[in-house]
Amino acid sequence: MKKLINAHDRVVADALRGVQAAHGDRLRVSFDPYMIVRADAPVSGKVGLISGGGSGHEPLHGGYVGRGMLDAACPGEVFTSPTPDQMLAATKAVDSGAGVVHIVKNYTGDVLNFEMAADLAGADGVQVETVLTNDDVAVEDSLYTAGRRGVGVTVLVEKIAGAAAEAGRSLQEVAEIGRRVNAQGRSMGMALTPCITPASGHPSFELGDDEVEIGIGIHGEPGRFKEKAGTAAQIAERLLTPIVEDLPFSSGDRVLAFVNGMGGTPLLELYIVYAEVARLAGEHGLRIERNLVGNYITSLEMQGCSITLLKLDDELLEYWDAPVDTPALRWGA
Amino acid sequence: MAIDAAGVHRWIELFAQAMAEHREELVRLDTAIGDGDHGTNMDRGMQRALEKVAAEPAADPGALLKTVAMTLISSVGGAAGPLYGTLFLQLGGGLTDHPAGDVTSYAAAWRRALDGVQSRGKAQAGDKTMVDAMIPAVEALEQAADTGAELDAALHAAADAAREGMLATVPLVARRGRASYLGERSAGHQDPGATSTHYLFESAAEALAG
Repeated sequence: MKKLINAHDRVVADALRGVQAAHGDRLRVSFDPYMIVRADAPVSGKVGLISGGGSGHEPLHGGYVGRGMLDAACPGEVFTSPTPDQMLAATKAVDSGAGVVHIVKNYTGDVLNFEMAADLAGADGVQVETVLTNDDVAVEDSLYTAGRRGVGVTVLVEKIAGAAAEAGRSLQEVAEIGRRVNAQGRSMGMALTPCITPASGHPSFELGDDEVEIGIGIHGEPGRFKEKAGTAAQIAERLLTPIVEDLPFSSGDRVLAFVNGMGGTPLLELYIVYAEVARLAGEHGLRIERNLVGNYITSLEMQGCSITLLKLDDELLEYWDAPVDTPALRWGA
Repeated sequence: MAIDAAGVHRWIELFAQAMAEHREELVRLDTAIGDGDHGTNMDRGMQRALEKVAAEPAADPGALLKTVAMTLISSVGGAAGPLYGTLFLQLGGGLTDHPAGDVTSYAAAWRRALDGVQSRGKAQAGDKTMVDAMIPAVEALEQAADTGAELDAALHAAADAAREGMLATVPLVARRGRASYLGERSAGHQDPGATSTHYLFESAAEALAG
């Protein structure tokens, strides 16, 4: 295994040093406990937004800290949820008195740690609302599993709820808007290759040269099944059909289409997938009002992609278009 | 023989040692059906807990276990942090409330730990989680208490039951945690959480039995 690291047990700390060196003018980086906080937090009168999760999904979440999006992010070890003390420190660092929204991807570890943190913050008098993301349609049978995973929609929730908070909306309203984005969004992903965590040094699953893994999550966990690799058009259809059927999206719906790279796939290929998504969306009668193409929620060096569709309404569209100024997402600022 | 601070301290040391020795095994089991971090996280967390316990020696078993709990909660992450943190917190609370140090009070503390883990993680028997090693072990302790068994025999019975519970997770289809995303593909693999829990009961038997 070759990686651009200094030591496998210093990966997160060393990356945070880089974030501090690159963005120290606008972000405050804490090493004990690990967190990335807007330099101007807490913003007076504004609802605070924090998220967090295992490292290895960059730019999620630290890359989305800044005006119009998150107030703080708590990175855990690679693919490991952060801990309640981090989340509590971040919650207090961003609370202006207007309350704090926790954006939590639905993974057992993240949920349990954020629950403990919300209990602790509540005991300290901070109002917390939790928005759980669980948009992954690859997880069937959610009665008998830990439930659907939070994947691509998380980026959209952070952007849209972040804009609502920046616009001065209340704690309840920001949380409601975040939950609406999650409720109206669906995703599914696939992998051409597994990823290798620095600590294990081994591929997270086995995949033949001519195989793809359909329905992967973002932690190197295997998907629902393997199949022979097909064309980009076939793969786009494989992912998009269950997404469209699940919500369901119907003809005339206005959508945001998001083609996300898992970290190791070139933009060239992501645009090939996007072309197929645009074609297929058209066949379903969907009107793509906005799009996002690139590596926004990744799984280390995994090759592959995920597709997310979000059903838009005027309010969500307005907040999507609102200015954002973060290391990884920036417009109108 | 009774459960005292020196014994619990030795237990913590032996469990930390077991997590270091079996780190790769736990990583391998977790890679098969999870995300491969269980061994690394438990090893890191228990090493920190050892340092903490050495720095703040406590005179009673309950306080020692609470220190372990708080350290795991703040250093492990994943699901294992809050779940093992809750386990040690409730176990410590149980031993503090019932300080007799006999089989009955030990079994009662473990029942409280099991209830805590189940209420935090919502896992039931057969969901292919650490609870599948805990339930038979706690039942073995309760049975030992009911029949008036010696502490040594109770500790060994609990360790044996945890091992059987761990082995029985192999054919199960996971319904909680990350392994549940695999559906049927999770069958045929031993659960990493049940495995680390089995080491916890094994090290208890080694440390606390005379």
